[in-house]
Amino acid sequence: MPGSLQKDVLIAVVVTALLIWLMPLLIGTYTLTVLVIYGMLGLSLGLIWGFGGILCFGQAAFFGLGAYTYAIAAINIGESTLPMILAVLVPAVFAALLGAMMFYGRLTDVYLGVITLVVTLILFKFINSTAGPQYVIGTARLGGFNGIPGFQTLNVPGDPEAYIWGDAYFYVCAIALALVYLLVSVLLRSSFGRIAVGIRENETRLSLMGYDVRARKTVLFAVGAAIAGLAGALFANWGEIVTPNLFSLGQSAEIIIWCIVGGLGTRLGPILGAAGLAYLKFLLGQQSLVDNTLITGLILVLFVLFLPRGVVPALAGLWRISFGRRPLGRIHQARRHRRRERGHG
Amino acid sequence: MDLSFVILVEMLYAVASLILISAGLAVVFGMMKVINLAHGEFMMMGGYATITAVNLGVNVFVAMIVIAPLVVGLIGLVVERLVIRHLYGRLVDTMLATWGLSLFFIGLATMIFGNTTTGISTPIPGFAFGDYQINGYNFFIILVSVALLVAVLFVLKATRAGLIARGAMQRADMAAALGYSPDRIYMATFFCGSALSGLAGAVLAPLVGLVPTSGGAYIAKAFITVIAGGPSLIAGLFSSASFFGVINQVFTFAISPVIGEVALLVAAVVLLRLLPQGITGSFFKGKL
Repeated sequence: MPGSLQKDVLIAVVVTALLIWLMPLLIGTYTLTVLVIYGMLGLSLGLIWGFGGILCFGQAAFFGLGAYTYAIAAINIGESTLPMILAVLVPAVFAALLGAMMFYGRLTDVYLGVITLVVTLILFKFINSTAGPQYVIGTARLGGFNGIPGFQTLNVPGDPEAYIWGDAYFYVCAIALALVYLLVSVLLRSSFGRIAVGIRENETRLSLMGYDVRARKTVLFAVGAAIAGLAGALFANWGEIVTPNLFSLGQSAEIIIWCIVGGLGTRLGPILGAAGLAYLKFLLGQQSLVDNTLITGLILVLFVLFLPRGVVPALAGLWRISFGRRPLGRIHQARRHRRRERGHG
Repeated sequence: MDLSFVILVEMLYAVASLILISAGLAVVFGMMKVINLAHGEFMMMGGYATITAVNLGVNVFVAMIVIAPLVVGLIGLVVERLVIRHLYGRLVDTMLATWGLSLFFIGLATMIFGNTTTGISTPIPGFAFGDYQINGYNFFIILVSVALLVAVLFVLKATRAGLIARGAMQRADMAAALGYSPDRIYMATFFCGSALSGLAGAVLAPLVGLVPTSGGAYIAKAFITVIAGGPSLIAGLFSSASFFGVINQVFTFAISPVIGEVALLVAAVVLLRLLPQGITGSFFKGKL
């Protein structure tokens, strides 16, 4: 990551402000809001997969958990501030427990994939079967396949009558995404973030250097889940209903596709991948010639085969080749080094 | 007495259907270390192949046991040549690519067959046993999965092709040095794995209403069974299918079908936490 943190923050703020001003002129804010929320969801997996090397097949579990936590808490409390906080905390705690179980058991790649996938399925099956009246938390019925409608949506903290909706809600979501983005930037620049990247590159080496790999992975996993939970709560507010489909495998698959297409190991890639593909899906949904799922699948296969690094790193590479100052290649450096030595000798 | 017999049959049936569901995936994973997440869609296509053939007037058993495996095997062959061949040795990438394929096939099936439920009736009638009704087709499924295990065991143990395949499984470079092209062997293996998936989908088709997204119901179970089974092909498949099948049925009878499914999944999580190398990574080591 080149450039200093201040420069990074400045660029992020300016770009965000520009986008918040310009984008509503192109796309309706209702659609934009969900694109922003998906961007945040993409970023949550981009953080733990791209920088932590933890491939989670069940990021949708935390997304759904955040949404359900918000809906249930909002019905019981009737005000949205505490439910928003809970919607971040509950998935984070759940992920910390799950992560501790997996990482302290030294499970890796495929096994990690199976367990996260299975946990998502358990949640999906369980929530799907809660249609009966005996499944109640406080005054909120879980509602099974039909989900939970009619909860208190986002309001100005302290005033349950002042709803935030429409354009104002879009601004809230966009600023939330910008804040999360900055938070992720700060996290990645801290020693914690650098060590997380180190763990991704070589776990054994980092643990031999004395870092507690298991604890660090667990914490990173929980942070990712917290972001996904926030995205879930925002999504619940946007849709005004939560359904078990939030937990579905299809949702998990989509998050992974966003990250692959956008580019792993970048912060921007998953956000752009999510927003871009979700918008593409929205456009494709308006025609009936070709099935939507078919195109999504085709995109994933083609990217894995031909552009496994994703769009953003490829574009960045192209930019560097075309315009950037070329860093000296290894051969040049070695040659120059040798020449200097000869000069001295 | 009657009830215990019924429960016994149900348990055997649960184990048999898990074996059936997972066999294709296990062959591909055990031999090639490729996880085919489009496995569920291969089964779905096997089901559609059967139903289409039956509607064209083919005998239902011929459709299930000959046509469906052939059709799906050929589709698998095309997939292997176009996509998977380029990704050998990259486990995560193959998983992602095959996940993409699974979405692709769901979309394709939706475009061809429409997003509606189709099905055929069970070709074997049920019968009463004491106070209970038993589905006669369950016995057919148990029979097919036993035949399948025996056939795979026979091919691997007693034929020259099986010997070559096992050799390539252990040391691909050695097999290559002896003049057998690993590329060809992998191609043939993937064909067999896909054909097994097609067979499983075809045999299970009369029991379920088939929709393009039916595959999703199988893939997680198959994936769990194969990974929990561990490195040995047959011993792993058999032991983990028995374990999960029994747990599933015990909880289904004791509480409810949903809890049975959830118990299976929870058992999988606990099992993988305790034995991260799968069952045959710790027991029955070196068996086939």
